[in-house]
Amino acid sequence: MAALELEGVVKDYAGVRAIHGIDLKVEDGDFCVFVGPSGCGKSTLLRMIAGLEDITGGELRIDRVRVNEQRASERGLAMVFQTYALYPHMTVWENLAFGLENIRTPKAEIKERVTRAARMLQIEEFLGRRPKQLSGGQRQRVAIGRAVVREPRVFLFDEPLSNLDAELRVAMRREISALHRRLGNTMIYVTHDQVEAMTMADRIVVLKAGRVEQYGTPLHLYNEPANQFVAGFIGSPRMNFIDAVVDGTDAGKVTVRDAAGQAYEVSVDGSGISPGQEVTVGIRPEHLEVGGDKGHPVSVQSIEQLGGQSFLYCETPDGTQLTAHFVGQTSMRRGDKAHATFRRSFMHLFRKSDGKALKRLEIGEAAI
Amino acid sequence: MTFASTAVRTVYQAAFNSLERPLLFVQNLVGMRRVAWMFLLPNLVIFGAFTFLPIILNYFYATTGSDAILLSQRPYVGAENFRTLLACKDYLDPNTCQQDIFWRAIHNTAKFVVLQVGLMIVFSLVTALILNRDIVLRGFFRGVFFYPVLLSPVVVALIWKWVLQRYGLLNAGLEEAGLSSVNWLVDANWSFFWIVFVTIWAHMGFYVLILLAGLQAIPSDVYEAAEMDGASKWRVFYRITLPLLTPTMVVVLVLSLIRAVQAFDEIFVLTGGGPGTATTLILHYIYETGFAARPRLFGLAAAASILMAAVLMVLTLLQLAVTRSRAEG
Amino acid sequence: MATVLNFLTRRRGRHGFDLTDWLSWAYLVFGTVLMFGPVLWVVLSSFKTDAALAQYPPTLLPFAAKTVAVEGYDKPLELYRITGGEYQGRHLAEIRRIGLVAQMVDPAEPDKRLKVNIKDRQPEQALAFAVSNYTELFSRFNFARYLWNSVFITVVATVITVLFNSMAAFALAKYKFRGRTAVFLLIIATLMIPPTINLVPIFLVVSKLGMVNSPWGVIWPAVATPTGVFLLRQYMLTIPDDLLDAARMDHASEWRVYWRIVMPLSAPAIAVLTIFSVMWRWNDFLWPLIVLTRSEQFTLQLALNSFQGELQTNWSHLLAMTVLTLLPITFVFAFLQKYITTGIAQSGVK
Ligand SMILES: Nc1ncnc2c1ncn2[C@@H]1O[C@H](COP(=O)(O)OP(=O)(O)OP(=O)(O)O)[C@@H](O)[C@H]1O
Ligand SMILES: [Mg+2]
Repeated sequence: MAALELEGVVKDYAGVRAIHGIDLKVEDGDFCVFVGPSGCGKSTLLRMIAGLEDITGGELRIDRVRVNEQRASERGLAMVFQTYALYPHMTVWENLAFGLENIRTPKAEIKERVTRAARMLQIEEFLGRRPKQLSGGQRQRVAIGRAVVREPRVFLFDEPLSNLDAELRVAMRREISALHRRLGNTMIYVTHDQVEAMTMADRIVVLKAGRVEQYGTPLHLYNEPANQFVAGFIGSPRMNFIDAVVDGTDAGKVTVRDAAGQAYEVSVDGSGISPGQEVTVGIRPEHLEVGGDKGHPVSVQSIEQLGGQSFLYCETPDGTQLTAHFVGQTSMRRGDKAHATFRRSFMHLFRKSDGKALKRLEIGEAAI
Repeated sequence: MTFASTAVRTVYQAAFNSLERPLLFVQNLVGMRRVAWMFLLPNLVIFGAFTFLPIILNYFYATTGSDAILLSQRPYVGAENFRTLLACKDYLDPNTCQQDIFWRAIHNTAKFVVLQVGLMIVFSLVTALILNRDIVLRGFFRGVFFYPVLLSPVVVALIWKWVLQRYGLLNAGLEEAGLSSVNWLVDANWSFFWIVFVTIWAHMGFYVLILLAGLQAIPSDVYEAAEMDGASKWRVFYRITLPLLTPTMVVVLVLSLIRAVQAFDEIFVLTGGGPGTATTLILHYIYETGFAARPRLFGLAAAASILMAAVLMVLTLLQLAVTRSRAEG
Repeated sequence: MATVLNFLTRRRGRHGFDLTDWLSWAYLVFGTVLMFGPVLWVVLSSFKTDAALAQYPPTLLPFAAKTVAVEGYDKPLELYRITGGEYQGRHLAEIRRIGLVAQMVDPAEPDKRLKVNIKDRQPEQALAFAVSNYTELFSRFNFARYLWNSVFITVVATVITVLFNSMAAFALAKYKFRGRTAVFLLIIATLMIPPTINLVPIFLVVSKLGMVNSPWGVIWPAVATPTGVFLLRQYMLTIPDDLLDAARMDHASEWRVYWRIVMPLSAPAIAVLTIFSVMWRWNDFLWPLIVLTRSEQFTLQLALNSFQGELQTNWSHLLAMTVLTLLPITFVFAFLQKYITTGIAQSGVK
């Protein structure tokens, strides 16, 4: 059990800064997910925590103790690799036991721990096999098992599910969550898949280009994204964005107008902006209502009907693409003219200059 | 088998266990950052002592005289050794040179390199082309041509010495066929022929192997396309196989050149450089001058090897350039 | 017969056998005779007695004169078949030869001496393998000593080569450190400097270290092979770094990472280097010739060379020794041909 603290952590690769001063506190027992686009530094950060990569600057503490100088093996962490990194020349049993043998654990205890982990992960029947003789999902379990037997303070996962097919990924996702509930350890999980992040995390860290964009619970990130990047990254399909200019600010709402002259009312704190300033309006597809004869005119470009839910891809007269998502089926067709309704309690507003979100005053979701 | 593998594993484990503690100590001492040097050290020490240091020392030997091995006892003579080697009225006539054997060796080496490399390439290409065909027992035949590559030069030389001796198999066969026998290794021209032949016999399999790999790297769809175009066999060979094989051929050329310049072992045992100096090559001269003859003229040997090194350097750079352009192309 | 011909003329896929196929076959058969023939001839010859070796023209197989023990004679006598004259068709033993006449005796009637013209008799010969050529190598010559020297040098040098080269390759393949490229280039550069051009100064180093006439004088200069480092490094580059990191997370020291993870996973490349190294050291000639001058330190190759250099070449023993020297390599070849050939084809070294 351990809490993890990062303070101003920096990483340079041959003079090029990959991580720009990260401050982060992971509470004991939390399931914390690092999410971000490819190349943003998730793996680098995780490997610095693991001790596989030197920390250029800043401080890393585990249970309040500075561990920057400790070697990977001394930090008491265990890691599950994207490629599994199972030792191909050892049997599953030997793979699980290797780490324990290295610290001279008594034979009986090794046996006990390996058996227990194998039972928990349902890999008992494969203990005599080599990794080559296992399926992807089985390998994944062994890789997790190898971490489990070590009884580490913190589990680290680097995109552990990215080599699995979609169905297996969903199943493994649940298993890892169950594992977390059962063991109660602190876990840090890296992924670029925001669905994984939303479904598994207690807290999510959104990274971009070596910086933390936002840190919080999944719903906090969904409801109150700190900036346009987080808003676009969290949630699927992506949030719709419309460029606009501020028309006026009132108490409790801001009025903006897009290039075609359509007006939108957004319920955000307008104290940070003034009329004439460029902004971006955001609304999630599931909050955009298309149909009826009131609202902003759009034309339907294409439709995806999944039976239980539907996606509408529309275009405004000035060419902005909008996606709408709703439960149920629709009778609309490609080429239909329709109207989109933007409810102000569901809308987000971002400053164009720095992408920062304006504080929402009314949050639609909370009302549901 | 299981016993053997258990034994190997036990030894392996024991070696590991005995070395781990001291090395862990070193690892902690030097820190993770320099741990790579710990792994490099043994090899680098040996490279240093037996390769890099000698390169420098070679220069000092070449510029000093006398038969002392210790450099401190050797008087400095400047370029004297090189002058001795190069003192020649007519470079085409070794008899006019001060070190006539050196120049004979150079002449012989030049002749040997041209003949041996030329014939080697022709024969290994023919063999590789044939072995690349759809023939049963292909694996067996490949082994046949490769087998002599593994034999030691001394064994190769003795095998042929036994076949070629005055009352040997070859002469018996010739007489059986009604021809007259020849004292192969006593006749100057014949013994030169035989050193070329025997070195080709011994090393051809290696080049066949490389050429075969090159041939097999030519994608088969190229041939199929040519067949669709109705190209004749010879045309396919000239217009497809040969051009696509050229890079491999160049590698073979350069490798065999480097080897031929340094040829020694088989020839030393087969002919001893004779009759006379008819088959004395440059490395043989260096060995004789520096180690076999008394007094040992280390300076002259070192100077000669520097000249040889210059030639090898050019050839190796050529090889590197070729390999690189092949890797990029 | 037809099936054999059918088998030999079969080609994968297509049918039909044309002129070029016949030429190819002729070439390959001739090549096989040329490549294996001399070796086989030496093997057969090595079983011949001195008398059979001196016979000209030689017989293919090792024949020796048949002898019989005849009552009243201490030594066994050579047996002849009589082809003409008075005793035609009988088998007689020769007592001695005087000019053109041989004194002979019938083993059945040992008292009677018979005179036979030497033109009328043919020696009776039987296939006889002169194993004594081999056994005497051990009893009369120091063969065991040479064999031990060769085995010692080969085994020790190979173990050290594999160890040192794989350590260096590991460092170059799996660590990032300042000077890595420089070290790698330096090692590659030594590919350009074959030991043959540094004979004199290497000899100085070896003699300074007191290793002249010691197997170590052959072993140490040979163990740091650039070829080996290069070969192993290229192979180790293909081992994923994640595996090493996983081992580090598993509390493995760097040495343990190397020994338990990288070495076992490099087994194919290490096998190739091992085979190469065994071949190199077993076949080494010039350098041992320079360093080892005392005959009790000779390797097999040196012993062979000094044997053949003697004034009166003792072929019977020399041939036996040659066969014993080529035997281990032949076994290696027979069992590991595939390994060796792919290793060479891939790395382009020998
Ligand atoms: N060894 C290295 N040397 C130099 N730069 C590196 C090194 N490793 C990573 N980087 C750089 O650091 C940045 C972060 O890389 P990192 O591997 O952490 O990305 P990531 O978020 O894990 O991406 P992905 O989702 O694709 O795995 C990248 O820009 C990468 O190019
Ligand atoms: Mg990554």
